[in-house]
Amino acid sequence: MFSNLDLRQLVFGRLTLEAIPYHEPILLWTFVAVAAGGAVLLGLVTWYGKWGYLWREWFTSVDHKRIGIMYVVLAIVMLLRGFADAVMMVTQKALSVGASEGYLPPHHYDQVFTAHGTIMIFFMAMPFVTGVMNYVMPLQIGARDVAFPFLNNFSFWMTAGGAVLTMLSLFVGEFSRATWLAYPPLSGAAYSPGVGVDYYIWGLQIAGAGTTLSGINLIATIVKMRAPGMTMMKLPVFCWTTLASNAIIVTIFPVLTVALALLSLDRYVGTHFFTNDYGGNSMMYMNLIWIWGHPEVYVLVLPAFGIYSEVVSTFCSKRLFGYASMVYATAVIALVSWLTWLHHFFTMGAGANVNAFFGITTMIISIPTGAKVFNWLFTMYRGKIRFEVPMLWVMGFIPTFVIGGLTGVLLAVPPADFVLHNSLFLVAHFHNVIIGGVVFGLLAGVNYWFPKAFGFKLDPFWGKVSFWCWLIGFWVVFTPIYVVGLMGVTRRTQHFDDPTVQPWLTVAAFGAFIIMAGILAFVVQILVSILRRERLRDVTGDPWGGRTLEWSTSSPPPPYNFAFTPVAHDLDAWWDMKKRGHERPLEGYRPIHMPRNTSAGIVLAGLSTVLGFALVWYIWWLAALSFAGLVAVALAHTYNYNRDYYIPAEDVVRFESQRTAQLAARA
Amino acid sequence: MHETTAPPGAARPVFYEREEHAHGDGGTLLGFWLYLMSDCLVFAALFATYGVLGRNYAAGPSGADLFDLRLVALNTGLLLLSSITYGFAMLEMDRERVDATLAWLAVTGLFGAAFLGVELYEFGHLIHEGAGPQRSAFLSSFFALVGTHGLHVTFGVVWLVTLMTQVRQYGLIAANRRRLMCLSMFWHFLDVVWIGVFTFVYLMGVSR
Repeated sequence: MFSNLDLRQLVFGRLTLEAIPYHEPILLWTFVAVAAGGAVLLGLVTWYGKWGYLWREWFTSVDHKRIGIMYVVLAIVMLLRGFADAVMMVTQKALSVGASEGYLPPHHYDQVFTAHGTIMIFFMAMPFVTGVMNYVMPLQIGARDVAFPFLNNFSFWMTAGGAVLTMLSLFVGEFSRATWLAYPPLSGAAYSPGVGVDYYIWGLQIAGAGTTLSGINLIATIVKMRAPGMTMMKLPVFCWTTLASNAIIVTIFPVLTVALALLSLDRYVGTHFFTNDYGGNSMMYMNLIWIWGHPEVYVLVLPAFGIYSEVVSTFCSKRLFGYASMVYATAVIALVSWLTWLHHFFTMGAGANVNAFFGITTMIISIPTGAKVFNWLFTMYRGKIRFEVPMLWVMGFIPTFVIGGLTGVLLAVPPADFVLHNSLFLVAHFHNVIIGGVVFGLLAGVNYWFPKAFGFKLDPFWGKVSFWCWLIGFWVVFTPIYVVGLMGVTRRTQHFDDPTVQPWLTVAAFGAFIIMAGILAFVVQILVSILRRERLRDVTGDPWGGRTLEWSTSSPPPPYNFAFTPVAHDLDAWWDMKKRGHERPLEGYRPIHMPRNTSAGIVLAGLSTVLGFALVWYIWWLAALSFAGLVAVALAHTYNYNRDYYIPAEDVVRFESQRTAQLAARA
Repeated sequence: MHETTAPPGAARPVFYEREEHAHGDGGTLLGFWLYLMSDCLVFAALFATYGVLGRNYAAGPSGADLFDLRLVALNTGLLLLSSITYGFAMLEMDRERVDATLAWLAVTGLFGAAFLGVELYEFGHLIHEGAGPQRSAFLSSFFALVGTHGLHVTFGVVWLVTLMTQVRQYGLIAANRRRLMCLSMFWHFLDVVWIGVFTFVYLMGVSR
């Protein structure tokens, strides 16, 4: 072994200059654009001397509100990347028919759809949902922070580290071509020898560790830190869905960790878990990955259901219809979500009885989901509906999601699935529920809670432009995709011989540009709102006539959230307080016990990212070094016992009298 | 279900807590339990993998050919004894006796290290015999399951040594007692997992 050892390989592993894709014009120009944009951004931060501020107030912050905002920012950046992949795919599909080959060669096209799926689920939807849960849930239960504030910061940076590693694959090496769930044997060493699958594995492992910890954190927060009087059946529905979602996270992410770890053992060590020879069994991987993968969609959609519930009752000025049934429906969806994974591979020979079982469990999920839809409709029934932007998203969501749900029930019928498996019909179905369910919900949530986070509302005009472009664009894209899927067009196809599909795919590509207009309108909405923030300012802290406790404090809330912990007497605790004439206490402030900021989270996550990079490229010395650093920093952190401090009473007085003055000026 | 209005004439309810209340242990023990349960699912997935692949010998050796039950019995004994000695350490902690706590922790750590030594010897022996993890899916899943348990014990020993220095430095303060409690749960959890490994992998492997 040592005879052909050369120094370059020792230092750089398998990383060579060839790994930089300067011969691919698309990637080269993307790199130039990203580098230029990044340089401008970094330059601006340096110019305005904001590095210290960012480091002290944001990167090392353990405040759940700041961490929540950072999660959402990460998600929006990754949305732009994932959407760029989507546009490339639909345009390729529209162009690459008959004699034309389009502009994406197969090896590139395969990376694009793999990156699109991986990024949209793990680095767009997950951080978005986690960010909103992080921001809103502690405020709704009247808490001052989460149960483990340091872990919260660490979780965020692990997610960001995974995202960085995934993005890096665009410019250094390549990304996986083995689809977003990396089925072996295709993803094994024999058929995917490059670095793509390794980027995928380590990106997800690093982010996954953060997600599991954040799940534990948020469950402990809800169980242990609710305001006095807030029994579980007085818990706002969004918190219930957060609890269910995180319970699923804690049970499924370990399975994902194992599946990916065994796959990496196959790739790195030469074991035979999922190989074709020596007794390996790739079906084991498919079972494990879908035991994670199916409940994962409920991880995403349950908090979105929670958002719809909060929005619908606020903007109808009514108590949510059927609160208890909403809670039980959430719990049932979470429970049954663990029992449906096999419907992702009905065609793979499990047999009629097994297929029937999983087909039925899948259909059962539609019952509690349907109950929720009726609850939202009955909340709107005879309500005084205010058609503000968050409410528009709810009203766009209900019909869109119901159609997506129905196509899902269709796919749950095993004989129908044998026809539709791996077709574009399936692709249209899951985009229907994930965009119509999750993304619409998150955008409703952003419009709803933005004034809480920043003290001014988002501009309604651009919000409506964004909503209509998304809603119309969604249907223009996916109606034709449903149709060609039903005609039998398979997914992940880079080229079509049959010219009759081209008109449909051209319409779909056109629709993607309507969605793009929706995304741009969203970005414009944020920019315009920042410019017009004085006109959109809300000093009350309760701009929508809210019902839950987050609206009882100022916008943005002080670092300690509540000067005095509120006491809940009703499900709609804040509504109840307003109705019964509560009085905001004006004196008697005390020092408030809070966690101290720490840089351990960002340092540990940074080292993990370096470790991931070293493992991808076989740079063993760097891997050993960063691993040793990881252990050393983690151990050193445990010697830090000085983790909290008191906000002095004078600071609380200063902040609270400012709010008193603001409220008085308005009255 | 909910009281929406106060009865007439009733005093206005209390809407704010005027005094600060500590939040107990802040949920650390609950959080650690949740972590243990997620770790339990890591082992569940590995057990399931072993269950599916554990007879795929690929014309190579089986458990009956490879396992030396005397060695495994020794290892099981070491780990079970380490749980008892950890329990003694916790009893001494409750009596606030730093030195006795540390002594029992040291004994626990030694048992843990001895367990790891025997396991490494066993692994080395298997690999030396050509029964390494690359030989068959059975051996891949065997090494993954038993190795993951071993990695956990290694982590536990590192943690234990760290905690010993912290108890020596800061005494049995509340934070350290909480940490000892967490490590205690972790240590006993690994014992429970080992009983599963011992039964399903070794005993049933030999009897096949």
